[in-house]
This record gives sequence, C-alpha cells and structure tokens, in this order.
Amino acid sequence: MLAAVGAETLEDLFRSIPEGLRLRRALDVPRALDEIALFAEMRRLAARNETDHPPFVGAGAYPHHVPPVVDQLLLRGEFFTAYTPYQPEVSQGTLQALFEWQTFVCLLTGLDVANASMYDGASATAEAALMAARVTDRRKIVISAAVHPEYRRVLRTYLASTHDEIVTVPYGDDGRTDLAALARAVDDQTAAVIIGYPNFFGVVDAVGEASSLARKAGALSVAVTTEAVALGLLKGPGELGADVAVGTFQSFGNALNFGGPAPGFFATRQENVRQMPGRLCGATVDKHGRRGFVLTLSTREQHIRRERATSNICTNAGLCALAATIHLALLGRRGLAQLARVNYARARLLSDAMRRAGFGLRFAGPTFNEMAFEVGDAEAVVARLAKRGLAAGAPLARWYPDDPRMKGALLCVATELHAPELIEMFAQAVKE
Amino acid sequence: MNFPDDLKYTKEHEWCRIKGNRVVVGITDHAQNQLGDIVYVELPEVGDPVKKGESFGVVESTKAVSEIFSPVSGKVVEVNDPLSDAPETINEDPYEEGWMIQVEFSSGKELEELLDVDAYKKFVEEEAE
Amino acid sequence: MSNPTGWKPRIEQESGTAATHPEVGAGGATSGLAHEERLLFEHGAANGRTGVSLPPAGGDFDPERELPPELLRAGIEGLPTLGELEVVRHFTRLSAWNHGIDTGFYPLGSCTMKYNPKSSEALARLPGFANAHPLLPPELAQGSLELMFQLERALSEISGFAATTLAPAAGAQGELTGVMMIRAWHVARGDARKRVLVPDTAHGTNPASCAQNGYDVVQLESGPDGRLHPETVRDAMDEDVAAIMITSPNTLGIFEAHIAEIAEIVHAKGGLLYGDGANLNALLGVARPGDMGFDVMQFNLHKTFATPHGGGGPGSGPVAVSEKLVPFLPLPVVVKEGERYRLVNDGKERPRTIGKLREFHGNFGMFVRALALIREYGPEGLKATAQLAVLNANYLRARLKDAYDLPYETDSLHEVVFTDKAQKPTGVTTMDLAKRLIDHGFHPPTIYFPLVVHGALMIEPTETESKETLDGFVDGMHAIAEQARTDPEGVRASPRKPVRARLDETRAARKPVLRWRPGMKVE
Repeated sequence: MLAAVGAETLEDLFRSIPEGLRLRRALDVPRALDEIALFAEMRRLAARNETDHPPFVGAGAYPHHVPPVVDQLLLRGEFFTAYTPYQPEVSQGTLQALFEWQTFVCLLTGLDVANASMYDGASATAEAALMAARVTDRRKIVISAAVHPEYRRVLRTYLASTHDEIVTVPYGDDGRTDLAALARAVDDQTAAVIIGYPNFFGVVDAVGEASSLARKAGALSVAVTTEAVALGLLKGPGELGADVAVGTFQSFGNALNFGGPAPGFFATRQENVRQMPGRLCGATVDKHGRRGFVLTLSTREQHIRRERATSNICTNAGLCALAATIHLALLGRRGLAQLARVNYARARLLSDAMRRAGFGLRFAGPTFNEMAFEVGDAEAVVARLAKRGLAAGAPLARWYPDDPRMKGALLCVATELHAPELIEMFAQAVKE
Repeated sequence: MNFPDDLKYTKEHEWCRIKGNRVVVGITDHAQNQLGDIVYVELPEVGDPVKKGESFGVVESTKAVSEIFSPVSGKVVEVNDPLSDAPETINEDPYEEGWMIQVEFSSGKELEELLDVDAYKKFVEEEAE
Repeated sequence: MSNPTGWKPRIEQESGTAATHPEVGAGGATSGLAHEERLLFEHGAANGRTGVSLPPAGGDFDPERELPPELLRAGIEGLPTLGELEVVRHFTRLSAWNHGIDTGFYPLGSCTMKYNPKSSEALARLPGFANAHPLLPPELAQGSLELMFQLERALSEISGFAATTLAPAAGAQGELTGVMMIRAWHVARGDARKRVLVPDTAHGTNPASCAQNGYDVVQLESGPDGRLHPETVRDAMDEDVAAIMITSPNTLGIFEAHIAEIAEIVHAKGGLLYGDGANLNALLGVARPGDMGFDVMQFNLHKTFATPHGGGGPGSGPVAVSEKLVPFLPLPVVVKEGERYRLVNDGKERPRTIGKLREFHGNFGMFVRALALIREYGPEGLKATAQLAVLNANYLRARLKDAYDLPYETDSLHEVVFTDKAQKPTGVTTMDLAKRLIDHGFHPPTIYFPLVVHGALMIEPTETESKETLDGFVDGMHAIAEQARTDPEGVRASPRKPVRARLDETRAARKPVLRWRPGMKVE
C-alpha cells in the first residue's frame, strides 16, 4: 500500500505537517492492555462504585427497570453502527424509528410536533428559551425557581452571551410556583414562561395557570419534565396549555450511566415548527410511490443555514431515543399506565414509611414518585446512609442555600425498582 | 430559459414589472431553476417597509436557502399569500402566478438602476462562466 | 440410494436460470429478504397486549382519589398494544433496512465511521457504571470519578493542552463551550470583541456556534491549494476579532500547514485560536494541536475514539484548553485530593467558570468507551490509528484519481475529496454516483460538502478497514465511472436494491408529516 501511495515509510504520509509541529516522542498515556487486562482494570473501576441498591435519589435521573429486549435490539449493528440518516434509502430503519420516537413524544406531551432528540433536558430547556425569543422577538425569560436548578444553570450559561434577561420566580409552601409572583413577573416583554412538570421537588406544578398567564402576555409557555413516567398518569403539558414541552426521556429504556447519555426531547405546536432546533424526520414516498421517511426541513439547520441556523446542534442522542422508543413500544398503552401507577404507589409507600418513622413532607402540593422529606440534618443523613451503601436522596439546601425552609429537606424517589421491604428498610435507616 | 423583455431585473435575480407607482417583484426563471424545487417561501406583510438591496424574504428548496432582495425602496402594498401554501408556483410560473410582492416605491430614480433584459441575460451568462 | 418420495432435486435446472439472479455489487450487495413493516401505531391489536412484566401497584393508593382530577389523563389513545415478540420483530425488521459499519464499508467523510471494538460496549454496560446515579455521594462513586480523571488526563496529553472538560454532550456543544470560554476570557480582560473568523471549508456547526454566542462570523476564503493562507488571515484580523476557528486537517483532508504563522498573526492582535478537533484522528500521536498555537479545541469522542454513532448520537465533545483558559472551564471539574476524587460543581470554588453546559457531568457512558479504547491501544496503537487512517485515505486517493476529478493536488491526510467533474458530460452527478454505490453494497461518502467544492464526494475510509475492503470499493467506483460512460441512465436510476428507491424530499418538505396521529394514514 505504501508503494501505491508513493511513500517509503508511514512517516512520509505526514510530510504536509511541518517538522517543527510534529510530536517527537511517544504519547505519555499508559501502555496498551490486552482485552483480559483491560476488563480487569475497568472492572476494578466499576467496583469502586457502589450500586447494589437502587438509589433513593432521583433529582433529574431516575432508576428504572430496563427490559432486556431494549438492549438486545439496540445492539443490532445495523442500528448501532449507522450514523445520522443522510442517505435515506439505506437508513429507513433509523428513520422510521425516529418517526416513531417523534410520535411517542407528541402522544405523551400532548403536542403537535417533536424533533429527533436533544442532548439532554437541560440544553433542551435552553433551546426552548432561545426558540421562544425568536418566535416572540422578545428577550425576557421567566422561569420558576422550582425548575431543576441544574437546568437553570445551563439556561444561564446558554443565554450569557445573548443578553436575554432571566427572571426567577419563587415557589410557595406547597412546592408549586408562586402564581401571584409569576403574574407580576410576566409582561409584554416576556418571551417564555418556564415551569417544571413535575417540578424539581416532585410536585405537580401549575402548568395550566402558567400557560394562561403566558398566553395573555403573548409569551410561550414551556413545561419541563425530568420524570417522563409521570406522563403515564398526568395529562400531557400540551393538553394543559403549554406551547413547548422539553425534558428527558431517560426514564424510558436508558440506564443512569452516571448522568448521561440520555435522550432530551423537544415538542411544540405546529406553528413553531420552522423555528425548532434539531433534526426532524418526515414521511414521504419513494419514486415508486411507496411510503418512506427522510430528514426534512433541514434548511433550519447549521449544515445549510450556518450562522443563521435555529441551533448549532448536529449529532443528538439518536441511540438513546431509539432505546426509549423500544421501551415505550413494549410498555404500550396498558404498560405505561401500569408503570406510572406502580411508581405512584411506591412513592406513597415511601411517604407512609417515612411518616411512620417521624419524617413529614416538606411540601404539601400533589406529587408523583418523588418528594421532599423533613429529616433534620439532610447532609448528615446522606453521609450516614452512604456508609451502608445507600444513596439516600438529594439535600435541597445544596441548591437553595438561602432558603431556610430547605435546611432539613431531603428529596427522595421511589420507583418500581424499590421493593416495599427496601422502602421500609430505608425509612428505618434514615431514622437510626 | 425565459427572459421576458418587458421586465426589469437585478443582479440578485429578481424581476420587476413597473405599474404606475408600483412594482411587482418576483424571482427569475433562472433563479428558480438554480434553486430547484421550492418548498417554502417567507414573505413580508402588507405595510412593511422595504429598502433597495435589502432582504425582504426567503425562498427555500430542500437543500438551500436564498434571500430575496428588494429592487426598490418603499412600502409593501400587496403580498401573494397563496404562495405560502403552494410555493411550487414559483417554479411553475415565476413571472405571473409566482409573483411575490408589490411595492409602492418612494423614488422613481432607483428604477433607472435596474437591468434591462439584455443586460440581465449578459449578466447570467457571465456568472455561469 | 432409495428415494421413497419420488421427489427429484432440480438443482441443475434451476441453476440454468442464472440470468434472473441479481447482480452482485463490488461490495457484495445482492438482494435479500426484507419485510415491509408498518408503524408501531398501525399494528392495531386492540386487545390490550403489553410487552412488559410489572409488579401490581400494591397498597391502598388511588391517584384518582388523591390527585386533582383535572391533572389526570385516561390511557393515552394511540399508544401501541403489542407483545414482546411483536416489538422484537418490528425493530429487527427495521434494523434490516439500515446500512451500518457492521454491515459494510461506510466512508462517510468527516464523520469517521470506524469500527469500534465490541469490548468497549461490554465495558460501558458493567453494572457499576451503568447503574451509577449522577448524584451518588462521592464515596460511592469513586470508580466513575477516577475514570473521568484518567480520561481527562489522557485527553489533555493526546491534544497537548493543560486541561480538558468532559462536560459537553457532542462536538457542536463542545464548540459552543470553547467559544464561550473565549468570550469569557476576552470579557475578563475588558474587551468583549465582536467577530470570529471561520474559513469557508468549516463545518456548519462552527459559524452556528459563534452566532449562538453572539459573535458575527467572517468567512475566510481558502487558497487554491485548499489551505488557509496567512495573508488572508492578516487582512481580516483586527482588534475586534475574538478568535479564529480552524479545523486541521480541514474538511478537504488537508493539513493547515501555515498554522504557526496564522497563530502568530491572531495572537499578535489579541485573538485566540480555536481548533475544531473533528479530524483529530489524523493526528493522534503524530502532532498535537496544543503544540501548534491553538488555545482551545473540542474532541468528538465518537469520531476519534470508540463510541457507536447510533443513528445520530449520542456523542461526547470534551474541550481541551491551554493554561490561560483553565479558570473558565465549565463545571463540573473532577479533582484528585490525596487518594480521593471529587467533583467541583460549585461556582464558588471556580468563580470564573462559564457555568454548566448540561445536567450532571457529561455523557459518562461515552467516557467509558473512550478510555477503554485509549487503554486498549496505548501510545503505539493511538499513533497507528492516525497512520493507518492516513494510509487508507491516500491509497483510495491514488487508486481513484484516474477515474475521478481530484480538485486539490495538495497532500491529503485522513480523507480525500473528489468531484463529479469527469462524469459531467454524461449527465451523471455526485448524487447519482452516491446512490449507485448503494447498489454495490457501500454506504456513500459525504456528498456536496465541503461547500467550496462543487459536487464534492468526501471519502474517509478510517483506519479499521482492510486493503481488501478498500480494493472492493475501488472496483465499485471504477465500475460506476465506467457505467457512467456506457449507461448513464442506469446510474441515474439507482439505487434499485434497498427497500426504497429515491425518496421525494420535496414532498416531505412542502407538506411536512412529522408524526402519526390516531386515525391517520401516513402516506
């Protein structure tokens, strides 16, 4: 091969790189491992994580059972080792699955159109704010303090250079957004009103009321969902009046993976479709009239519109979206409703067990599978349970240090993975 | 390629038909041919001001986006609304049914700067080289 | 030999009808058994099947009684009602309609479609990694944190920078992060600046990332040799320019040989150099962007190391920076204190950080795969990656340049760009050539990109392909060039073998159908 390319050595292939710019030593990375040694080393690392029990912490990433079917299908090389479906004739599998993903997102959120996925819920939220600013030609973003704090940090980072104004609205004692404060904050300069559903405290927030406020002011309302299993029981945010629904479908088919990757989603009303970020898959026909699918409305995107694109996003979370699609296909109408009910019931078991152990709820508002308990010194509880290999929950004071109400609040989750006995054991362990 | 000789043209491939104090504006047969199948068009609203040489709208094919530039300054007095539902009209009949906007122009002087059919034909030929 | 049934094999006669056998493409493509498959939502079993096994809800809890009724929904109309086997068949059939790297050669330029060892996949699925919650107390997550620390160190060494953030979710978000740090650095010096210079060969994400950061983009023309020239940069450079974004090797596969001089020009006016690391695979172990004057660079872990491309992600886009940008790194940052690892997630510890880019810590699953590959390859293996990627690309270049127009004679590294100019007289275009490759059993190269090349065919074979595969591809390309001369209609009528012929993209865009709805016929 060297002869065919007119080179004598492999080094000759790099003659276009000036001498002075070449690396004249070996890279200082550990020497190569054979597969057996590699597995030993990686197993050593994995064993340094303690994951024997399902964590009692959710806060944006939820422990759920992933049926083995999901991974079996996902690992089919034809899905797994393909890329963005630029050549639709040889990508119909990916494309139809994306069309099905978009449909699932629409059905669950109650909105008209969804894109082919986003990096995560946080960047999807930031993109929703940017879209609202484009659609309304306004620059003020109103967001509830009960939206996931990490999402709000990402929003701030994304908006830092565009000089949009971010106004944060407080929550009330029921854990819901303070609607009176929200009404004061929303005005004729407001582009978006962003609210969690359920919110960071696990409380089912007032999407309907927030959406009417937004509509009256000519702003878009954005509902953020981190625990999408809730949508098996609760109305879709679109049904309650939201114009945009964003968040993550990690709960469907995606393992925790220490926080990523997971499929962000983005759904909105039909009239905003040309302002959406990200890829869209659409139905069409081939030249013999047979149904097929293609990426469409691409002129919104960076590879065509460059600096005037609706977003810079290119690679998204396709495979994670496929995992969620497979899991949702398995669940179906009945399974999703059942999964949501099991989650609801396990969380009620948890709150009962905690109440019996002497720990009340921090917030009075309605919850799904996550809730904050008053446990005294939340950080101490976390540290104590960690010694037993249990991930206890998220002390809310970490994110709300200035709110004295949060001092003893521990945010906990219970899902279908938390067996009743484990829940009981957990409540007792918090008490000890 | 069709180049009607009763029209004026721009180097951005718009055509104008002068009607009293108004001009009707569209894109030329050459332009639609270069773009390919047009799938979307974004036009201003009646009453919007336009400025000579500045973008007043966008036409899109599946793989390209092209801005449309106003040949004169003035005010939009009519918009070809049916185009948004049937953008293919621009491909099929760029000079009649495919017109885009009518502008009431503020200065007749700008009209003199437009190309006549021969100048435009020549420009297109040069551009192709 | 007795044959009690009296049935006689007719193999000989059947082989006599060979004319009806489909042609075999240079990549081995022939026809197979593919199934038509409806949408999940069109299967229409109304008997309420489900493909999952769940416990009963248990307890005496009733959301209908306990939650406000206006918040509750009945079952969602339209969701499928399928059993496990039906779901398995559905997706197995869909998968058969795809071409992946595991199926065949996939020389999609700039996307680096290399084969990833399956070991990386198995390792990412170790329960200790897969089941780790991102908010585990640090003492329960030392393995994840140590892995992140190791990867951060390895990436910094490989790229020649001081430190690396692992947070960004994909290359484009890495670009956004890098440009944010550049902005933060300028702002901290009291000089926000307005513009970023981007060569015309850049990926579309470059200008889009700048715009998303509030910068105006100035496009620079590359020279007739496909390189960016110092004079061009000098003319465009002034004190309002925050940075220049350079991909090297660029999207033509050409190394930006004037980079040192360009760095001098940009730095002299107070600007910074952003390196788009999308093509870093060409340089692994051979040269390091950090040694060339770049101040910041993003990786695309899914291109350069091991991560499945997954039909469009997930990716991972760590960003490496020189010393002066370290204070601006986004959070979290993993630190080692004695023998313990810890995530710094609080802005108070890092007051100049640009903030957070995504929830939690980045695409950890991709970190496992990337580190596994780096550990499996070691320093020699990483260098061999670059060498073989460049050798393979140059081999294709040498063998194809007689049949196809090569617009730039300049040396190529990991990818090479051809055009359809030689086929022009026959009426066959780049699109037709690409579609014909499908019938041979190859995924087409990237087409019509970079935009500076008319009718571009951008070929990136990667290091993992064998000479035999490359020779097969060359045979296919030659056969197509020949067919374009003798039977251009045949080329234009392709592809014939996939489950679908060319699709009507115009129709899809004019009347977008982006989802199924209950009662709807998608057609």
